[in-house]
Amino acid sequence: MSTQMHAITVTVNGKQYSRQVEGRLLLSDFLRHDLLLAGTHVGCEHGVCGACTVIFDGAPVRSCLMFAAQTDGHRIETVEGLAADRDHLHPLQQAMRDCHGLQCGYCTPGILMTMKVFLEDNPNPDEAQIREALSGNLCRCTGYQHIVEAVQLAAERMRK
Amino acid sequence: MKPAPFQYVAARTIEQALQLKAEHGDEARFLAGGQSLVPTMNFRLTQPAMLIDINPLHELAGLGNGPAVRLRIGALTRYRSLERDPATARHLPLIAEALPLIAHPQIRNRGTIGGNLAHADPASEMPAIVLTLGGRLRARSAKGERWIDAADFFVGALTTALEPDEMLMEVELPKAPPRSGACFMEMSRRRGDFAIIGVACIVRLDEAGRCAEARIGLCNAGDGPVFAARASASLTGRTVGSVEIGEAAKLVQSDIDPGGSIHASKEFQRHIAGVLTTRALARANERARGAA
Repeated sequence: MSTQMHAITVTVNGKQYSRQVEGRLLLSDFLRHDLLLAGTHVGCEHGVCGACTVIFDGAPVRSCLMFAAQTDGHRIETVEGLAADRDHLHPLQQAMRDCHGLQCGYCTPGILMTMKVFLEDNPNPDEAQIREALSGNLCRCTGYQHIVEAVQLAAERMRK
Repeated sequence: MKPAPFQYVAARTIEQALQLKAEHGDEARFLAGGQSLVPTMNFRLTQPAMLIDINPLHELAGLGNGPAVRLRIGALTRYRSLERDPATARHLPLIAEALPLIAHPQIRNRGTIGGNLAHADPASEMPAIVLTLGGRLRARSAKGERWIDAADFFVGALTTALEPDEMLMEVELPKAPPRSGACFMEMSRRRGDFAIIGVACIVRLDEAGRCAEARIGLCNAGDGPVFAARASASLTGRTVGSVEIGEAAKLVQSDIDPGGSIHASKEFQRHIAGVLTTRALARANERARGAA
């Protein structure tokens, strides 16, 4: 039973991957260990901290609360897909850097993936909306202030 | 933290899913949004032998008209869809007000109303709301289907009237009637946490402005969602003012049996239930007057 494998083909950051996965393999572990995309961080593994947030079919979700077997035929974006290349960060990444929106960086990938979709849906958010959208991502370093400022700066730059 | 081994099956049809459930009973669990089930599997508190993934069954999702002035919401409808559907704010204002308080955006992107109701967490908002609205739920098995009133559906903590071979298909709720107002309020320690106490109130007025019907329900106030029957009935036929609301809040406090926790004693929960009932009833009453 434990060894039954499922064939999946999933698109991650625009690239197709075909793999055999065990039913119980979490999406977070699949991304990190099978695809070697370790930018998706694993914090609490029960859906509370938000570090493992990825974009699944256009919506940010907890990758620790999904199974890899569920992603067959679906589309996933992870933090590795954000920047065009080393010298061209996504506006959110650049703003996080400029505003000191991270210290240890553990929560950052989850925050970036959450905020990417948030800014697409709300190009001109106020501070309260940003804080509400951030409520599902725990950060223990920054106190959130600089993250909020980074999102405001990114929104401003992306509107131009 | 990794789930124990299980057999994963992506359902192709409702019939196939029901057949598998009939064969495996309590050993099998349906996987909807997974936002409550998967954490318990990661902790290995739940170790089903089989997961029947119903996410491919798109026909189980969506919001549509039921008979008369009722709406039907498919079990696989995600909170995200309810938040974005204008029909929610228009016809189900109680749900519209509660949705932003349910966990976090990432959880609402995935979590489903049917999964939540079948999970039946007493602290969760939606069971209390469906009970307060007097909704009913459709269950189906390989043998047939039946409707279950919300009052009979929620049996206790994490326990429903669903049989081991049944799947929850949809929930049917009344649209907000004319001259009515609703209000949902909760208190939690942090945004998105489970409520220490949550209160759902509906007030419907007659043409003279008296209360024709009031309904008050609570979450995290007992073994399951609680409908405060005495408090609700106490308002019928009366012009609702601060005296009537105060009396109803006292009845609520004496009718609930909250469990208490390290974060909030039973006494504190009871106190908060009184405060929130007072505020939510007043707001629902104001809104009913505004709608009159």
